[in-house]
Amino acid sequence: MSVRRLAKEQPDSFAFKPETLEKANWWIAKYPENRRQSAVIPILWLVQKQEGWVSEPAISAIAKMLGMAQIRVYEVATFYTMFMLEPVGSSALIQVCGTTPCMLRGSDKLMEVCKSKIGAKDKLSADGKFTWQEVECLGACTNAPMAQINDYFYEDLTPENLAQIIDDFAAGKSPKAGPYNGRHTSEPIGGATTLLDPKLYDGSATKPIKIPNAPVPEANA
Amino acid sequence: MAKTLGILEDKDRIFTNLYGFQDWGLDGAKQRGCWNATKDILSYGREWIITNVKNSGLRGRGGAGFSTGLKWSFMPKEVKDRPHYLVVNADESEPGTCKDREIMRHDPHLLIEGCLIASFAMQAHACYIYLRGEYVFERERLEAAVKQAYEAKLIGKNNVHGWDFDVYVHHGAGAYICGEETALLESLEGKKGQPRLKPPFPAGAGLYGCPTTVNNVESIAVVGTILRRGAEWFAGFGAPNNTGTKLFCISGHVERPCNVEEAMSIPFRQLIEDHCGGIRGGWGNLKAVIPGGSSVPMIPAEQCENLPMDFDSLRALRSGLGTAAVIVMDKSTDLIRAIARLSYFYKHESCGQCTPCREGTGWMWRVMERMVKGDADPSEIDMLLEVTTQVEGHTICALGDAAAWPIQGLIRHFRHEIEDRITLYRSRKSNVTGHSIAAE
Repeated sequence: MSVRRLAKEQPDSFAFKPETLEKANWWIAKYPENRRQSAVIPILWLVQKQEGWVSEPAISAIAKMLGMAQIRVYEVATFYTMFMLEPVGSSALIQVCGTTPCMLRGSDKLMEVCKSKIGAKDKLSADGKFTWQEVECLGACTNAPMAQINDYFYEDLTPENLAQIIDDFAAGKSPKAGPYNGRHTSEPIGGATTLLDPKLYDGSATKPIKIPNAPVPEANA
Repeated sequence: MAKTLGILEDKDRIFTNLYGFQDWGLDGAKQRGCWNATKDILSYGREWIITNVKNSGLRGRGGAGFSTGLKWSFMPKEVKDRPHYLVVNADESEPGTCKDREIMRHDPHLLIEGCLIASFAMQAHACYIYLRGEYVFERERLEAAVKQAYEAKLIGKNNVHGWDFDVYVHHGAGAYICGEETALLESLEGKKGQPRLKPPFPAGAGLYGCPTTVNNVESIAVVGTILRRGAEWFAGFGAPNNTGTKLFCISGHVERPCNVEEAMSIPFRQLIEDHCGGIRGGWGNLKAVIPGGSSVPMIPAEQCENLPMDFDSLRALRSGLGTAAVIVMDKSTDLIRAIARLSYFYKHESCGQCTPCREGTGWMWRVMERMVKGDADPSEIDMLLEVTTQVEGHTICALGDAAAWPIQGLIRHFRHEIEDRITLYRSRKSNVTGHSIAAE
C-alpha cells in the first residue's frame, strides 16, 4: 500500500469558488438523499481542480458540506493516489506510466527525460511549473508508452516527443493529447485490420428488425 | 472489400466504432444499429432477457469469466423494501487492459443501452457507472452520451421504453483495488476502497445495503447486440463454454500493438500475426506471454503456437484469459524485471486491509528486486515461491492471489533465468558469505 500524508505546510483557510460549489451540488444530486457521502471523491477532485491540490482546510470544508466526520474525508484523501496532498507544478503535472506494459515499450526513457528536464521525481520543479511522477497502469497499454498530463493522455510517446511536450507546456501552450505516432486511437499503426466493411456504416442497421427467439404471442381469443 | 484478417467478419463485430473513426454520438450509434428494437427486447420480459443472455454463453468480461446471465438471476425475484441497483465496473485498471476505455469514448450508447436492458432484467431503476478517475476524457464523453440519451427520452423518467431508469456516471481517484466489486461499492459509498467480506454477496446486500449486481463494461455493452442478433449467433463463436466475440488488447513486443474485437478462442499466433503484424523480430523471437492482464501467470513461447485464446484453454495451462489483455514479451525482455515491476504494482495497490497482502506484497517485491540483480541465495527462490502460496488464498479479495501468480508463473517457467542471474552476480563478487536475509 502507499503511505501518504498531508503536507506539513497548510494554508489557513479554504473557500469553494461558486463554480466549484455548483458542480459539487450537481454531484450530490446523483445520489440518494441520505447518501451525500458518495460524492466525496468527485468533490475532492473538484477541489483539486480549483486549488491544484488537496489541503487540510479543504478536507474540513468537504466534511462539513457532506455531513461527514473529518477523519472520513481525510482517509479518503490519503487512500486514493490521484489526490495530490501538496502543491504541484502550475504548468503541468506529468504522470508517466511505469507499469510493465509501458516499461516494455520504453517508459524508462520517458522518465529520464522528465528527470533531466524537470528534476527529481515527486518534487515540485525549481520554477514551480512542473511536477512529474511515476504512476501505475493508466489503462492505455496498446498506446504505450504514455503519460497523463494534467487531465489527458499523451500516448505512443518517444523521449523526443515528450521533451517537446514539456517545452510546449513551459511556453504556455497546450499540446494536443492522444497518440504521437500518427495513429488515430488504438488501431494498429498503418491502418486498421478490421471494421473496413462499408456496410457497417450505410444505415442498413437502422432498418426495423425482428428479434430472434421472440416469445410466440398468445393468440387473441 | 479488402480480405478480412482474423476469424471474425466485420458484419459480426459488436463494437463497430472501436477506433473512433465514426460518430460516437446518438445519431452515429443509431446508424450502426444501437437502440434498434430495444423496446421490443424489453417487451419480452425479464425472464426472456435473462434466459437469452444465459443461452448466449456470455461470461463476464472483467476477468473472472462467470456467466453473466446466471449472475443476473441471483438478484431477488421481487423488489421489496430496498431498491435494486446495477453498478457497472468501469474501473479498468488491470495492467495491460484498455478495452472498456474504447467502449466508453467511442461506443458509449452500446453501454447505455446495455445498462437499460440489464437494469430492466434485474428490476433496477438506477445504474451507477464507476469509471477510474484517470479516465477524464472517457468520463466527459460518457456524460455527454448519457445526456443525449436523456434528451432523446431513451432513458429517464417516462422514457420511450416504459421503464423509468436513471444512469449516473461516477468516478474513482486512482485505486486499482476498486476494480474488485465490493471495494468498488465501498468507494461508491464514499469510503476508502477496501473489499468487503462475502457473504453477504452484493446481490443480497450491495450498494447502500441494497440488492446490487456489478458487471464489467464490456459484459453490459454487448447485451443489446446479443439480443438483437440472437443468443445462437453469439454462441456460434469460440469453443463450447467459451463463446462469443471478445475485445483483445495486445501490448508489448508486437510490431503493431492494438485493440481488436475477435472471435473467442482465436489461436494466439493468428491473433498476433493477423492484427498486430506479428512478434517484433518474428515469431521465433517470442519469449513469453501474459495472456490475460498482469494478474495471470505468464506462459512460455513454446506453449503459444496453437493456443486458443479462451478461458478454458488458458486455464488448462495454469494461466487465464482474465481481461484478454495480452502482454507480449520478446527475447530481449528481462522477465525477472518485468515481473518485479508487477510486484511493485501490487505492493503499491494493496489496500492494506489483510496482513498477508499488505506485508506479503512488499516482501515479495523486495525479494524480486534482489532477484533482478541476482543478489540472492538460490534457496530463496523456493522461499519466495513458498511465500506466494502463503499470501494466495489468505486474503479477503483476490489481490493477494494476483500478486502471487505472476511470480509463480515466472518461477514455474523461467526458474533457470533466476538461477543464472544469481550465479552471474556471485561470479562477479569476490567473496560471497552465503544466505542473505530474505527481505532487507
